[in-house]
Amino acid sequence: MPDATRDGARDGTRGSELCLSGKGVTKVFGIGARRTVAVDHVDFDFRKGEVISIVGESGSGKTTLVKMLLGLTSVTEGDVFFMGGRRDISTRRLKTEYWRGIQAIFQDPFSSYNIFHKIDAVLLDCINMRGGKNLPKEKKTEMMSEACGFVNLEFKELTNKYPFELSGGQMQRLMIARIFLLQPKILLADEPTSMIDACSRATILDMLLNLREEIGMTIIFVTHDIGLAYYVSDTVYIMEKGRFVEFGGADDVILRPSAEYTRRLIQDVPKIHEPWDFTKRASKALAR
Amino acid sequence: MAKIMLDVKELSTKYITRFREDVYAVDRVSFQVEEGKSLGVAGESGCGKSTLALSLMGYYFPPLHYMSGSIKIDGREITSMSPDDVRRNILGAEIAYIPQAAMNALNPTQKIIRFIEDVIQAHDPSKTRADVRDMARKRFEALNLPADVLDKHAVELSGGMKQRTVIAISTILSPKVLIADEPSSALDVTSQKMVIKMIFDLMRDGFIRSMIFITHELPLLYNVTDDIAVMYAGQFVETGPAEQTVFDPIHPYSRGLMRSIIVPEAGARSQKLEAIPGTPPNLKKPPAGCRFAERCKFASPQCRASDVAFTAIGGGRGYRCLYPEERLREVYAHA
Repeated sequence: MPDATRDGARDGTRGSELCLSGKGVTKVFGIGARRTVAVDHVDFDFRKGEVISIVGESGSGKTTLVKMLLGLTSVTEGDVFFMGGRRDISTRRLKTEYWRGIQAIFQDPFSSYNIFHKIDAVLLDCINMRGGKNLPKEKKTEMMSEACGFVNLEFKELTNKYPFELSGGQMQRLMIARIFLLQPKILLADEPTSMIDACSRATILDMLLNLREEIGMTIIFVTHDIGLAYYVSDTVYIMEKGRFVEFGGADDVILRPSAEYTRRLIQDVPKIHEPWDFTKRASKALAR
Repeated sequence: MAKIMLDVKELSTKYITRFREDVYAVDRVSFQVEEGKSLGVAGESGCGKSTLALSLMGYYFPPLHYMSGSIKIDGREITSMSPDDVRRNILGAEIAYIPQAAMNALNPTQKIIRFIEDVIQAHDPSKTRADVRDMARKRFEALNLPADVLDKHAVELSGGMKQRTVIAISTILSPKVLIADEPSSALDVTSQKMVIKMIFDLMRDGFIRSMIFITHELPLLYNVTDDIAVMYAGQFVETGPAEQTVFDPIHPYSRGLMRSIIVPEAGARSQKLEAIPGTPPNLKKPPAGCRFAERCKFASPQCRASDVAFTAIGGGRGYRCLYPEERLREVYAHA
């Protein structure tokens, strides 16, 4: 099944086993004249321990793909394989089981929480889901403190608070604390940093990458930020109008893009050391 | 010596919350922008960038209040003018402001030409509809915007086109200063580039004569503006030409910001990202001494002792740190 033309960015990932893959995955919205193909026959192989980025502009079908991968929306056509077997999420029980293996962080931390649940409940839910339901209370508190400590939050200050009492950055970090407790095999991060500023972005990325080291999970970043994709990932997939136009090792795709679309996308990003098209700085940078 | 378009001296403004607490959001900010030049303002969320933008217009409405300082636009002091006077004669005509979510401000039931009419007739009621259409068409042509946009509704336009249209509308009276507060952060990179290109066109053709550009994205700022000011906790902590501020920052906070930049360039992957720990201070009670001391890894007890003054070091550069420049460079070399 692994295709010979696909290369993992690092030697370690080349031969390692697949954790999530898809063949001809398609999503169609509407029928007749209103038929829109949001995701159009995409194939992908995500390997264990890899960091993958799916890059595309608004409207390219990134979020629809994420929803299909998470099982939040149905797949019109094609197959998704999870941990070597065909994914089966036809019943509630199977779906819950699937979500033990795959979890997500979304763009907007403000709408990621149930406003009626206290932070303790959010974290306790994670422990219970991992089968820690019958642990003594002290042990649970200890686990929650550890998780909060990992993301530089103080559990003592959070307990008995509601999510909306936190700032955006804190909420996003609490999201990561959840992942720390859940220890999924795959984490889908859908634009995890697009609503926070550049400085907190570095913090969040650091935490995610540390967490990956810690529990050895696969991270799939879905983003429009090509700089971020280049910085964090082993493999990059470029998505345009529901199709992958290019994929491969991060260095190959970003530094030596072969698709016209990728080239244009990279050209449009403001840079520091290289000229950015028409600006005054462009001529200066060329002269240097 | 070029003419100075915007001259701000020791400007301080504050918010008064509904609990009657004062939040000192802009604290003794001073800068000048010459004709044809642009100043970029960088900083984290919550550092007072957007409040500065609002404060510069000289039109204050609760909860924002003016405290002290002066703002001169092309030599004309605007802080002493009455609010009505400012609204009639300054806003739109002398100084234009594009807020973050500008493109969502277009009323969906109106055609674009109506907004332009509003702007023009508010300042000059004698202009007829035909005059307005004529002006608008000329301006749109100069900016390479399709003229048929004028007869469309906002919902028919894409995000990037909406944003460019809003910029064209707000600069229709050729203001002396344009304040752009994150004009492109809600757009994808391709539309962002078109917005920036249009701003350059405005500048080139003299439709705007100076600009304040606010964003937290340093690579963008570096490419767009002549000078950069780094803002932290309501104060400017470093100012200087864009090139030097980005490649050779003096203040520890600027240095921290520069180190959190990610760009898709060769070598970016091997570079270690560094984040500044902690969050900006609460401006209800700004910390004594240097406001950045709490998060600065080079801070000493003296930093928290007394207020730190802004030091100008020539070449248009300046910074707000207790330590002299040489000492900071030495510290960085060993860090």
